[in-house]
Amino acid sequence: MSDKILMKGNEAIAEAAIIAGCRHYFGYPITPQTEIAAYMAKKMPKIGGTFLQAESEIAAINMVYGVASAGKRVMTSSSSPGVSLKGEGLSYLAGSDLPSLIVNVQRGGPGLGGIQPSQSDYFQSTRGGGHGDYHMIVLAPASVQEMAELTVKGFELADTYRMTSMILADGTMGQMMEPVNLNLEVKPAPEKPWATTGTKMAREHNIVNSLSLVPEELEELNFKRYDRYKVIEENETMFEEYKVEDADIVLAAFGIAARVSKNAVDEARKMGIKAGLIRPITLWPFPKAPFKAAAEHAKAFISVELNMGQMIEDVILATESKRPVTLCNRAGGMIPDPKQVLNSIIEINGGAK
Amino acid sequence: MHYKRLTILCGHYGSGKTNIAVNMAYDLRSQRDTVAVADLDIVNPYFRTKDSQKDFEERGIRLICSDFASSNVDLPSMPADLYSITDDRSLSVILDIGGDDRGAYALGRLRDAILTENDYDMYMVVNKYRPLTPDAESTIEVMGEIEAACGILFTGIINNSNIARETTAEDVLDTVGYANEVAKLSGLPVVCTTVEDRLYDELKDQISPIFSLQLQAKLI
Repeated sequence: MSDKILMKGNEAIAEAAIIAGCRHYFGYPITPQTEIAAYMAKKMPKIGGTFLQAESEIAAINMVYGVASAGKRVMTSSSSPGVSLKGEGLSYLAGSDLPSLIVNVQRGGPGLGGIQPSQSDYFQSTRGGGHGDYHMIVLAPASVQEMAELTVKGFELADTYRMTSMILADGTMGQMMEPVNLNLEVKPAPEKPWATTGTKMAREHNIVNSLSLVPEELEELNFKRYDRYKVIEENETMFEEYKVEDADIVLAAFGIAARVSKNAVDEARKMGIKAGLIRPITLWPFPKAPFKAAAEHAKAFISVELNMGQMIEDVILATESKRPVTLCNRAGGMIPDPKQVLNSIIEINGGAK
Repeated sequence: MHYKRLTILCGHYGSGKTNIAVNMAYDLRSQRDTVAVADLDIVNPYFRTKDSQKDFEERGIRLICSDFASSNVDLPSMPADLYSITDDRSLSVILDIGGDDRGAYALGRLRDAILTENDYDMYMVVNKYRPLTPDAESTIEVMGEIEAACGILFTGIINNSNIARETTAEDVLDTVGYANEVAKLSGLPVVCTTVEDRLYDELKDQISPIFSLQLQAKLI
């Protein structure tokens, strides 16, 4: 019998979180991620975990703060408008150096927008979302299998660096069904001596807090946090390269856009155009190195996105403006098809030859 | 396949009901003139029979479906012509019901008319490769929840066990025992095993009855 099962992307995230040891889920329903909450509602009571439908997204993220303070693996999930509501909580988690996993299955915006897939929260995810100087580790899966694997990875990175990991997916990734192998390797969670688990009169009090009234000390905290970010940028950047080695035209795309782009690369190659694809898997830290390297031989870059052009700014920075970078996009819940991407490649290449 | 006037497809969320509904409608259309597909899914705004609307029009199959299906309007709404299903007895209808007990509540609205007329089959679509129905016991649990929600009892099982396009003939054969166990525990027959058309020739002499499916969902 197959060692795979058939799952929706949203279900894969939920099951992988359970496999990773998450026993606490707080959320509020919103399309197109509701299956995560529905799955947790069915599964958590059977394994001694907590599923709680909070009264709002804001309540849910603050419940995440509470469990994270106690040192347990915890998650919440939502879609774009709901993640905006969680913004304050994300900043407080960062200011308190708490590990947690947040899932954003994006839909078209701004505002209430629509329920169809989008990638228009790239800026929000990679530049903050809440206030203050901070980052989240942002992971962008491009298959249901990766939805599962990056969920486990997200928990591990969150614990290792004491910060929030975000799974940045979109409506298509959340809704599509694909075979998944759930034999996932999970590393044991690190010790959390800082957690507020009760002193048992045997140690000093632990304090989890984001308030700091002495500016010199707050500055020092910010410096230390950014030292940690530097280590992450050096060690945790993930990406996939596809036929980039000899490419004249290099596409940049993540998530569902990368799947479309891969098809376009193959079609372009059939026509004799040397196209390639760099797929960032971590959006923060952004994989600058492969872009910088590709800029040595590529003639041009195309950023393929389901938004009005957000990641393109990171591509321009990473290639140090050495080559032209253009945008191939759809927005508002629409997905570019391989033909549109192929046409962009042909146009930038100056024809089929 | 042999069809009664109403063929109702229920099952666990994501078990493949919509795909089967579309294929059964094509099959039924080859037997009868006035065929309709009724999409009563109030749970999921994505992947609906409405995606096959053009095919239905070309084949002369009526679609009874909420105007808001596959749109940005995320409303659990019923079709305006819902009562055609039970009132117009010249129609043969395939009913595609939303997943789990939550989806089956919508069917409860038609329960009295369906039971009074008593010309229906209600099939439980099962897929062993779905995470929450990996064995007969968990599948029977979902069956009971659906029956309680809609107030109608199942009359048969459809084994749609698959892992999408990676499914091999062996993967299907390995689930025959599971389907038989569901049948044994529920006291209902396995009406058919559904397989993607590319596997049909390989399996047609090994599984009976078998029903060939063309997949509807798009590949990206």
